[in-house]
Amino acid sequence: MSTIEIQDGPPTRAEVCAVAVAEAFRGDGERLCNPIGTIPMVGGRLAREAFEPDLVMTDGFGGFAANPLPPGADPSGAVVEAWNPYPQMFTVLWNGKRHVMMGATQVDRWGNQNIACIGDWHQPRSQLLGFRGAPGNTINHTTSYWVPNHNPKVFVEAVDVVCGVGYDRARELGPVASRFHEIRRVVSNLGVFDFETPDNTMRLRSVHPGVTVEEIVDATGFELVIPTDVPESRLPTDEELRLMREVIDPRGLREKEVPNP
Amino acid sequence: MAIPDKRTTEAEVVSRLRDGMTIGIGGWGSRRKPMSLVRELLRSDLKDLTVVSYGGPDIGLLCRAGKVKRAVYGFVSLDSIPLEPHFRNARQNGTVEATELDEGMLLLGLQAAAWRVPFLPCRAGMGTDLLRVMPQFEMVRSPYPGPDGGEGEELVAVPAIELDVAFIHMNRADQGGNGQFLNQDLYMDDLMAMAAKECFMSTEQIIPTEDFPKYGSFHTQRISRLMTTGVIERPGAAHFTECPPDYARDEAFQKEYAATAKSDEAWDAFKAKYLDVTEDEYQKLVGVAS
Repeated sequence: MSTIEIQDGPPTRAEVCAVAVAEAFRGDGERLCNPIGTIPMVGGRLAREAFEPDLVMTDGFGGFAANPLPPGADPSGAVVEAWNPYPQMFTVLWNGKRHVMMGATQVDRWGNQNIACIGDWHQPRSQLLGFRGAPGNTINHTTSYWVPNHNPKVFVEAVDVVCGVGYDRARELGPVASRFHEIRRVVSNLGVFDFETPDNTMRLRSVHPGVTVEEIVDATGFELVIPTDVPESRLPTDEELRLMREVIDPRGLREKEVPNP
Repeated sequence: MAIPDKRTTEAEVVSRLRDGMTIGIGGWGSRRKPMSLVRELLRSDLKDLTVVSYGGPDIGLLCRAGKVKRAVYGFVSLDSIPLEPHFRNARQNGTVEATELDEGMLLLGLQAAAWRVPFLPCRAGMGTDLLRVMPQFEMVRSPYPGPDGGEGEELVAVPAIELDVAFIHMNRADQGGNGQFLNQDLYMDDLMAMAAKECFMSTEQIIPTEDFPKYGSFHTQRISRLMTTGVIERPGAAHFTECPPDYARDEAFQKEYAATAKSDEAWDAFKAKYLDVTEDEYQKLVGVAS
């Protein structure tokens, strides 16, 4: 991979993904934008620099950084606007002023997410992270998901273990218990998905340039809601491209997470 | 100035423990873990332990060495290596029982024990499979009206996680068992200490009490001697986890450790070289404290 070429050429798939991530945080205003993963971090910082200036973001080391720290950068370069160690993070989380974008080893049509393990939880075939923060996140504040490698093993008919609460489970809990629940978006390397359907099942919101609807259908293990006209995910503006390439991710780490097709 | 003398050693601490105890271990993932105390546990004959931790190599090593009956955790990760391979093997082989909590539930369980209340309520877990696969968790209904003015809300009752003993590691301490952390995050170390009947703290350096301000503001003096039973001076105690600003994680060593999950031969060689030796010999081998 030639960094120079990427830095000068037309928008890459990774950059389209980062813009789609940024769009997930549009309208959030003054709350903690907490994306996990390289492209989510680039996208979150892009949202703040380009169109959502009141967002609060972490430096990944116990502080909120006012400046756009590149992913993987030493936190000593952070302009810390507030101290937010882990115990305090849970207070922020339970208080609800947070929108997290997590990974998903599996996700289903309702937005149920699994990061705990594959197989039977009691003796898993493959132990992963455990429930980690997913139960608390999804029941307390807005959550989105990022999938760098869209395939039928990730987008499944039913997840092995529900860690993050989807819309069917939220509905069963009733309006009081689920009043803070929102699964905003799922962004993958192929397209963007939401739950803005009458029964909150997953809908194809846009396809990334160069991807067909058929490719996405083939890579998805359940039936998506597909509108008659599916728009293309928008391209970065010139200014957004400059921000990503020169300020937010000058080392081009985003291109390693999603290679340009 | 009267400061008690609570200095002790890893061997003395571990000799007081018994099979089947519940041990809380401070730190977070592969960060500021009281590893010299963990290594002493590995050298002992103790077994059937319940280990409570925001887990890293502490849980992995203790599982691999057959010390753990039950692991209670919010996650188990080596940070730069996201999944802990020895812990994964233990789960996949069914050799360890698991209480797998949401990270926030673990905080509340420790807080409840520290406050001596039987449970604390939260929303985390509702609607997930956590409550299905671990039926020991009960719900509790609020005695106050709900947000719609109707019946009180139903919430998860996280039971107090009472510890027989807690191990934590601080950058600096005094001989009385006051401790100071100098990195960005205390993690849940204070809760671990207060959830336990006894807490033993290792430290990079024991300093005179009046010297704490030389290292950090008084906001960093978060462990008081009310919380601790003993203090162990052991430079390099947290190796190979990170202990900034004193030292970074030993990534090369962590990789070597993680690779030993691939075969019994690799583990046996690692164990013979690094774990079947004294802490002084270990520190000389890995060369952190010198």
